[in-house]
Amino acid sequence: MDESVLNKLKILAESAKYDVSCASSGTSRSHKKGQIGSAEGWGICHSFAEDGRCISLLKIMLTNSCIYDCAYCINRRSNDLPRATFSVTELVNLVIEFYRRNYIEGLFLSSGVVRNPDYTMERLVKVVKDLRQVYRFNGYIHLKSIPGASQELVNEAGLYADRMSVNIEIPNEQSLQLLAPEKDFQSVFTPMRHIQQGILQSAEDRKKYRHAPRFVPAGQSTQMIVGATSDSDKDILHLTSALYKRPSMKRVYYSGFVPVNGYDNRLPALKQPPLVRENRLYQADWLLRFYSFKVDEIVDDSYPDLDLEIDPKLAWALRHPEAFPVDINRADYEMLLRVPGLGVKSAKMILTARRYSRLGTSHLKQIGVVLKKAQYFITCHELPTRTVNELKPENVRRILTQRKATKIDDSQLIIPFVY
Amino acid sequence: MFIFRYDKTFEGLLTAVFDAYSMKKFPDMLLAEEEPPPLFYDEIYTVVTDEERSNRVWNGLQKKLSASGLASLSTCWLSELPGIDMFLFRYMRKAVNAPRSIELNFGDPDVLEISKVWKKVNNERLRVMQFLRFQKAADGTYFAALKPLYNVISLVLPYLQDRFADQKWLLYDLKREYGYYYDLSTITEVHFEQKEGHLHTGFLDESIMDQDEKLFQKLWQTYFKAITIKERSNPKLHRQNLPARFWKYLPEKRG
Repeated sequence: MDESVLNKLKILAESAKYDVSCASSGTSRSHKKGQIGSAEGWGICHSFAEDGRCISLLKIMLTNSCIYDCAYCINRRSNDLPRATFSVTELVNLVIEFYRRNYIEGLFLSSGVVRNPDYTMERLVKVVKDLRQVYRFNGYIHLKSIPGASQELVNEAGLYADRMSVNIEIPNEQSLQLLAPEKDFQSVFTPMRHIQQGILQSAEDRKKYRHAPRFVPAGQSTQMIVGATSDSDKDILHLTSALYKRPSMKRVYYSGFVPVNGYDNRLPALKQPPLVRENRLYQADWLLRFYSFKVDEIVDDSYPDLDLEIDPKLAWALRHPEAFPVDINRADYEMLLRVPGLGVKSAKMILTARRYSRLGTSHLKQIGVVLKKAQYFITCHELPTRTVNELKPENVRRILTQRKATKIDDSQLIIPFVY
Repeated sequence: MFIFRYDKTFEGLLTAVFDAYSMKKFPDMLLAEEEPPPLFYDEIYTVVTDEERSNRVWNGLQKKLSASGLASLSTCWLSELPGIDMFLFRYMRKAVNAPRSIELNFGDPDVLEISKVWKKVNNERLRVMQFLRFQKAADGTYFAALKPLYNVISLVLPYLQDRFADQKWLLYDLKREYGYYYDLSTITEVHFEQKEGHLHTGFLDESIMDQDEKLFQKLWQTYFKAITIKERSNPKLHRQNLPARFWKYLPEKRG
């Protein structure tokens, strides 16, 4: 451990930073004698980077050399940037020492592809295997599966990793072919299917034998780049929703495209990453997972892209004023969730609170329900009825998207400036 | 106005509940032993903390509240907020009197307040779990110190004991001047008569620091800088997620 490790850490962390996932949730493991650490089921963020993203795992690459030349990736082989490779002991030492100081929950290991997918995957598996079996590390491990890696290696990796992921990156095969000619959908979806098979197999085994090994207990995740190609939100969300139908897919991440290779003219020239669009996609993703929305309700042929001004739930509500107003004191949970501005917590709070008394606006405010948007879509005990149906959707939209005008101080004399 | 004086301990509060029921007179105000009474009052009753009585109240509450409801009482007590004792007193009284559980009746101002305070204290507990940072001392003990808003370090112990079971550690609250030490088998509460520098500042002196400690702090700082995507810089969100009051004790923010 010395200055050279410092330098490698810098290079390899900078190469890994565009991977979005940093979740450490999904597995609960308490301490076992002779092992280091534990895993909390709900995940802990130990720090936050200055871009506001959580740092829960040591997100690092084993090496940033790569044989591929994907246009969107900073580590593409035609980029002239410092390359580095960790040795197994260096990496393991780093993980354990960081872990003991409560800096991290575990490791997120990924790698550039060297020689061929199987060779790379083998080296990744070696690291996590050593970490688990030689160093007895019991914390969280998220392992990237290399596209094109063979089933045997994926099956072995799954025994040591808590979560595995294969990144789709580009939601459409033609665009992928254009930007990453050496990759295709086949090479991404095959390892994904291997992981899924492993998970289902292990679940089956564990029904019969209580001590059968667990396989990727926290499921798998994937990631798509947003804004690097002309794909619409409809393409992205349809793919997302198809992925969530698979039993093992826990999260789909969206990564606003950061133009890392400005010279490549296959990519759009963006001034800054499409952060609002990314945020709207996450909101839509949440609607799919926790609010029992169907993907067709969020985007369809007439609305292929999400509205950047308002969130997808509000957009849906304004397109469907006939579903409102919702009676707070009577509506079922699913309908409460459809009210713009009410989240899972508020809806559950309402359900419990209305057992004791009928709820009015003041009650709602007291229990922490934010009425800014919700007021146009609900009726309750005494709320004046100025709902979306009286006001018309377009007016509600105007009210909610209005920027607050800066207050003009009447006591100040204003002299209009004339040319 | 009827006033209770007690010793500002949780057991004292439970004893006060017992005494109030046995006298059938309930206080309008709770005062510490040394606090001056208000200008106008009718009567002051001094509670003598009694383990047997407080246990009886606690056992009685067990029949009225769920385990999480009981835990929320002791958690709220740790907030040390002024006036929290009166809220707890009224909450316990309502819990005892009500025919069915009051835990979810958020229309009730006391229940609502207790649930809000519980949330605050619990959030602080989570923050301590997130942001406590160990420094390794030369003797192999890992030392962490911070100043949490509420008295929550006792709530973090289950997490620490589970995660760091194979290393000696000391978690120290700089504000309340006590800590917990784990010696690979048991956790003991520790108070220090004579305090060395690190018990004031929260940082180990280089003379008693493990030889690699500086290097790992530096590595962590390097990692922290490298993982940031500059194009997405968002200082407001950063501050919101990582409150500035913790920065002083985080190696990555001191680098």
